Amino acid sequence: MKKYRFQLLSLFGAVILLTSCGNNNGNNKSRGALNSSAAEKVYVAPGEHDEFYAFMSGGYSGNLTVYGLPSGRMFKEIPVFSQFPTSGYGYSEETKPMLETSHGFVPWDDSHHPDISQTNGELDGRWIFINGNNTPRIARISLTTFETEEIIEIPNSAGNHSSSFVTENSEYVVAGTRFSVPIPQRDMPINEYKGNFQGALSFISVDPKHGHMDIKFQIIMPGFNYDLSHPGRGKSHGWFFFTTYNTEEANSLQEVNSSQNDKDFIAAINWKKVEEYVNQGGGTKVPANYVHNVYDETTHMATSTMKKEVLTVNPLDIPGAVFFLPTPKSPHGCDVDPSGQYIIGNGKLSADLTVHSFDNMIAAIEGKKFDGEAYGIPILKFEDVLAGTVKSGGLGPLHTEFDGKGNAYTTFFISSEVVKWKLGTWEVIDRKPTYYSVGHLMIPGGNSRKPFGKYLVALNKITKDRYLPVGPEMEHSAQIYDISGEKMELLYDFPTHGEPHYAAGIPAELLAPKSKKIYRLDENKHPYAVTSPDQARVERKGKEVHIYMSTIRSHFTPDNIEGVKVGDKVYFHITNHEQDFDVPHGFAMIGQNTSELLIMPGQTKSSLWEPKKVGVWPFYCTDFCSALHQEMQGYVRVSPANSDIELSWSLGGD
Amino acid sequence: MKKSALLMIIGSLLLLGLFKFPLWNIMLGAPQYPEPLGMDIYIDGIQGMNEFDIQNIDGLNHYIGMKIIPKPEDMWEFSVFPIVIGSMVVLGFIIGLLGLFGKVSYHWFLGWLIVMTVLGTLGMYDFNAWMIDYGTHLDPNAIMKLQNLDGTPMSYKPPLLGHQKLLNFDAYSYPRLGGYLMGLGMLLTLIAYFVGKRSKKTNQ
Repeated sequence: MKKYRFQLLSLFGAVILLTSCGNNNGNNKSRGALNSSAAEKVYVAPGEHDEFYAFMSGGYSGNLTVYGLPSGRMFKEIPVFSQFPTSGYGYSEETKPMLETSHGFVPWDDSHHPDISQTNGELDGRWIFINGNNTPRIARISLTTFETEEIIEIPNSAGNHSSSFVTENSEYVVAGTRFSVPIPQRDMPINEYKGNFQGALSFISVDPKHGHMDIKFQIIMPGFNYDLSHPGRGKSHGWFFFTTYNTEEANSLQEVNSSQNDKDFIAAINWKKVEEYVNQGGGTKVPANYVHNVYDETTHMATSTMKKEVLTVNPLDIPGAVFFLPTPKSPHGCDVDPSGQYIIGNGKLSADLTVHSFDNMIAAIEGKKFDGEAYGIPILKFEDVLAGTVKSGGLGPLHTEFDGKGNAYTTFFISSEVVKWKLGTWEVIDRKPTYYSVGHLMIPGGNSRKPFGKYLVALNKITKDRYLPVGPEMEHSAQIYDISGEKMELLYDFPTHGEPHYAAGIPAELLAPKSKKIYRLDENKHPYAVTSPDQARVERKGKEVHIYMSTIRSHFTPDNIEGVKVGDKVYFHITNHEQDFDVPHGFAMIGQNTSELLIMPGQTKSSLWEPKKVGVWPFYCTDFCSALHQEMQGYVRVSPANSDIELSWSLGGD
Repeated sequence: MKKSALLMIIGSLLLLGLFKFPLWNIMLGAPQYPEPLGMDIYIDGIQGMNEFDIQNIDGLNHYIGMKIIPKPEDMWEFSVFPIVIGSMVVLGFIIGLLGLFGKVSYHWFLGWLIVMTVLGTLGMYDFNAWMIDYGTHLDPNAIMKLQNLDGTPMSYKPPLLGHQKLLNFDAYSYPRLGGYLMGLGMLLTLIAYFVGKRSKKTNQ
């Protein structure tokens, strides 16, 4: 401790020296002061904690990573849609069902847009949702265990991209389709897309108590691409907004063929109206196959249920529920300001941002000022709904977030910058380069009624020379900016795992106090758990051998097992008896065709081993659990299939 | 006399705190235990400061071959101490009450205090003897058998009072609220004696 203090003191000394140097050299003054203040702003001293959590989607890693802001330190990778050998997620018998789909076991996905649950439009820190883009799924992750608790598949959807955004009171998590497809799926020529393919927008209800998800209804829309979405809030609560592209309904070379219309649409959905309609029995139940996977924290097990039906809604059956707002140049991001008044469509092929006014939209709808229709859905007049245009001077606007002080921040992919502008006056206040080609940006709470406008994180698509080179393939890069002043200040660069698309941030004080330290052994309801070492045993059921095993520093009970035969299916059910924070035990068996297990205190996990060779085979603890971790090991004797050796097990020769 | 008798009554009643609050506390901190493990010693048993502390202390102690921390039924002290304290409270209360009505003199207050001090000293002696036993009678098959520089087996006896370094752990042993209330109560009975003595003098 003393040494540590001394080091800190000398560090302080160094900082003072540095700053005083800067002050002495008149010319370097501003630069020196700027650099040192940037360093201080992101420096979180050893043992200190960050001010914010940042949850970064993993993109093609399929997972979600947890970072601290402003330090940019990574705390955890939460396995969601991808098998994760580190913990055994998707490999253990308990978690294999989490990755079940109607297509069978899918070990991977592409995770894009995390969103934290809200109450009254403010972050409440109960759960975080994220979408699987490739095989359409939505996951719910607990923010007390930081583990995935539930995954629901979305039928009739393909490229689950305009997802997973929550409404103001987490009534719904919404999932829109990027690809339009034949609904229901059928064998038909691809070039008959136009007029035949359709796009489903799914509203998934969230149980306010347990968070359990259920598809309440799907709105079957014209065959456009539904790119991104955000909920209305405040005055526009009850509406949801989706950007569209490919209103041309091209089925090939979309790069060119989907970029022909000068304007595509933002689809405005009055979901309260649709909800009312389905609550009164409206809509059509259609056959579907989709899987619902739920992980139970007390049994430590997931179960999969195949669902057979989904309620679909034809928007034409509910007059006044769906409208199109013309928006220039294949809009990508669709963002709603904290007041709920402005809906911003970022035309990705444009230099300008289009801002629609909710009040104008309502007035236009009430005045029935329509400019034609698309597949029966009324199109509002662009000029009637427009609030303003931000003449940015940048190119390729993608996404916008807000600081809660009347400012908006938009990323520009092509010109590689973040632009700060003022809501209402549409004037550009500041612009700062990003490194390089920024996609999403994130301000903690920046897409809620109450943003925490202190830091902005730019999530870049191109890394190139920002870090030491590591060959052609590398992690993505993020930059953090201080946005507390009039001008943005670039503070820090840090690499991010996978390919983060969107991210969600939240003040640490909302999550840290309720983060779980252990699972209680006396609440463990796993059917194969042993809550005391004297229950440890081995049972045979035909070819299946079930080993009920417990662990505590630093041994397995039992650790000598005989009577296993070649051709058996051996299940290790391991309960960690520790009730101390951060004392996991691991388990790995030689030659096992699956991953290790990492078992948290109080938890039970099961691993399958199919021994193929006669011999005496060791297993061991893979987590450096204690001073005698290297002694934490055991043996299984495997005899020939026709052997008549009885099952036996022991610990310490007992 | 009235004032001193009231002090006697209050002083003896303060011992009741021992039925609710811990008498003593031993805390164990180490680099990997930034939140120290701790045990609260009550007159009727030992409890962890956090729910699983006793289990975790036992888990660590098994490396050096210490016995597990005793449950109330494992030590006669935990059934006798409540009776002794309860009796002393009743006794002190009755003496105080009798003093209030002038049936007994302030000398009885001192007598009670002397008995209490003797019992308390015996209790501390017993507590220390248990800690010596606990810290030195180790499992001969212990995982870690450590020796002092002179070759004698290392003792893991926590200090009776104050701080001591035990391997990677810093052990702290101090009274807790119940113990402080008892001390305060005994102090009040001492004051009761002196107040009684002085009022007697002035009355003469």
